[in-house]
Amino acid sequence: MSPLPGLRTAAAQVWGGIRLVPLIRDEPITDLRLHARIDDADLTVSRTRDGGPYLAYVPHAYVATWAAGGAPAAAFGTQIIDSGTAPDAVTIRVHQRFVQREARSRLRFLPLHLAMEGYLALHFGGPSVVWPEWSKQAVRAGLSPRAERSYSGHHIADLEEALRVFEILPGQCGVVVYVGDSPATAFAVPHPDDYRALHPTLLLDMYGELVFVNGLLGPRAAPLHTPFDHRRVGGIADLRAVLAEQRRAWAEFHDTLMAGSLRITDEHTVDHVYSAGNYRLERFLPPFRPKAENHIGERIVAADGTVAYLKTFRLSENQVKRGYVLAALAAHDWRLDAAADALGTDRGGLVARLDRLGFGNLLRRDLRDRFARRR
Amino acid sequence: MTDTFADLLACEDIVMFANAAIAGTGQREFRSTAAAQRFGLRFLHDYVCGNYRDVYTAMLAIDINDHNAATIIHTLLATSAQATPQQRRAERPLIDRRLRGLPPQRAYKLFHALQRDRVNNRRTRAIIRDYRAARPDPALDAVKYRAALKAATRHAHLRLPGEYGTFLYDPLRPARYDTPLLETWRRAHYSASALYDLPLTVAEGFAAKHGIARTDFLRAIAPAATRGEALRLQSAAARADAPALRVDLHRVPLTRLAGYVLSLDLDERARRRGELTGALAAAARTAAGRRAGTWGRTAAVLDDSYSSFGSPAKRRRPLAVALACHYLLDALAERHTSHWVSGRTDPLMAYPRGSSPLAERVLDALETAPPRLIVVSDGHDDTPDVCASVLSAWRHRVDPGRATSVTHLNPVFDAEEFTPVRLSPAIPTVGIRAAENLPALVGLARFAEGTSGLHDLRSHLADQVERYLADSGDPR
Repeated sequence: MSPLPGLRTAAAQVWGGIRLVPLIRDEPITDLRLHARIDDADLTVSRTRDGGPYLAYVPHAYVATWAAGGAPAAAFGTQIIDSGTAPDAVTIRVHQRFVQREARSRLRFLPLHLAMEGYLALHFGGPSVVWPEWSKQAVRAGLSPRAERSYSGHHIADLEEALRVFEILPGQCGVVVYVGDSPATAFAVPHPDDYRALHPTLLLDMYGELVFVNGLLGPRAAPLHTPFDHRRVGGIADLRAVLAEQRRAWAEFHDTLMAGSLRITDEHTVDHVYSAGNYRLERFLPPFRPKAENHIGERIVAADGTVAYLKTFRLSENQVKRGYVLAALAAHDWRLDAAADALGTDRGGLVARLDRLGFGNLLRRDLRDRFARRR
Repeated sequence: MTDTFADLLACEDIVMFANAAIAGTGQREFRSTAAAQRFGLRFLHDYVCGNYRDVYTAMLAIDINDHNAATIIHTLLATSAQATPQQRRAERPLIDRRLRGLPPQRAYKLFHALQRDRVNNRRTRAIIRDYRAARPDPALDAVKYRAALKAATRHAHLRLPGEYGTFLYDPLRPARYDTPLLETWRRAHYSASALYDLPLTVAEGFAAKHGIARTDFLRAIAPAATRGEALRLQSAAARADAPALRVDLHRVPLTRLAGYVLSLDLDERARRRGELTGALAAAARTAAGRRAGTWGRTAAVLDDSYSSFGSPAKRRRPLAVALACHYLLDALAERHTSHWVSGRTDPLMAYPRGSSPLAERVLDALETAPPRLIVVSDGHDDTPDVCASVLSAWRHRVDPGRATSVTHLNPVFDAEEFTPVRLSPAIPTVGIRAAENLPALVGLARFAEGTSGLHDLRSHLADQVERYLADSGDPR
């Protein structure tokens, strides 16, 4: 069964080290569509509904001019809204590199290192109880702002060419991107037209350091198939059966083995953000298991469990470690001793670990100094 | 006669080169850059010229494209010193004949390249001299290809008759020329009314100089436009309301016409359906010639997936070839069915979109058991190894008696493999550039399959050379 309910896997297309696995929706979702820019005259997404209001989604970091004559602004966190209203957006300062993209008058996203910072801030609000150990800044501002290093799609080897030569299938609503045969991101939208409009933006997305390294050092992706016995073939019908069987086997192999980590399980922390009509917007965190594949992401799920929208980000090993410690802290109401217990260390060990992971400034200065002297 | 292992290798090399020389143009393709394409072709030319010089020369007689014909002539002239006197004697008539068949701009471009690469020997100079002397209208050449002719003249130490020397080297000194076209050219510098008697490309420059509006220019220049130029300007002519520029589509060659049809948007194609279909069918009948209706029952699998867009340098070329093949096969066969990869059925409305489930479509076509099946595709299936394996199984298990002959025609040269991509080892693949060559290419396919050996191949080429040289050589 597909790890993404409502989406079916089709044959992968391979270029260099990149494998792109298309996700097909047999019946496109028409009552939730990409938000058309309000002042927009040149939008490429065609509308199936004529004029009437519909539910619209605005992907995280989707940049557009939301009001006539206004400055471009980025959606902060994916949102579901009425088609007639503008989303909550963060006005962004236009700098040189961005202007070029602006001029092409297309759908576009923020340079996504900004988005990644946003993600972590959304997922971790900072200490929820003001224990004396935490610094004033941590309590006031949470983890934000913090910089996460990430790479744009342009830096991932072969990705640009792979996306260019990719042949979008009829009915395709999503894609799973593998870099060096390790999953990098999964992306799905409600309708094929939305996908066609957003396909090039996969290149503007951010990818973690792990994906960048996989692109540099990973193996070339080879087309996968299972050899079959020619002696079994007696006629054209047999060959058709072989083809169908090959496609089915590939989809199953992909869904169970390659994309298994994309399945949302009980171990995931799912944060229910917002509901509108039939749809539920969720953000999810992985179990932060070190050395395993961990994806954070956002999704919109219909009442019947169909995934209408999905966007994931593959965490690098370092980020998983950070997430692991933060998750333990959050689980124990940000009490240092309890969290240290759970992690199998003591207060000193945990403080050292936080320091190493770059979270030192969350703790009070004197506490850090005391443990640093003791070491 | 049995072939040795070396013969088999030689045969494979030669077929590989022939395919590359038919399909590859050194332009950007869907999956590779222009630089990669040029590099791949360059390697093949050097390799084949170094190892099989006589076969390399004979390639000029088959339907390789103009780009590679010019490259072959260039390579042969640049390596003259390595050739034996017999080889040189054999090369000369073929070079002369092929040069005459090339469009003049290509021939002059070749001379320019020879100058740039400092290829200058007695043979080169003689060839340039003879080419120029045989040109039907020296005044037109002088005006239209002025810079290139000047380079060629200087490079080959030509002494031009009459006023041409002055025209090339100090053009505005004489108060008037006796040759009418040269005089028109001189006057066009000062008077806007003179420029409409010049060739279109030359007049365009003068029109810009005199600040003539594009619409006025197009309306007045119409009689001077060649057919190719007029075809390129069709939509501009419609905008400028210049009916004299409209081309009679029934006289345009098939693949060109297919390219033009695909450049129109779908609404316009629907509106002009009768006219376009009629023109395509007429062009196909012309291309089929006496072979029309002789092929029995045929089927074709034609690729209209997204990759058939080609590249900005050769826009929709693979799709145009497929569309032209559809109409040509329709004319050649008694009964023909086409299976488009996308599953769409209206050939006139073809557009490049979607993926390539080639294997399924080929099976669809095989199910009708046609005696002849043609596949026109860039050879990239969305399940590559499975497709190859399925087709091998079909050839060896389902149809070992070869009741159906399958030929794969590939319009795209793959620079990494040095040959157009194959669908399956069981199916011969041949490059294709223009649909008009389809019958000849299907004949070449038996060498690609490996069923005929080096001996056959050499005699086939010798045959082609003889026929080619006997042909009058008037530019088509």
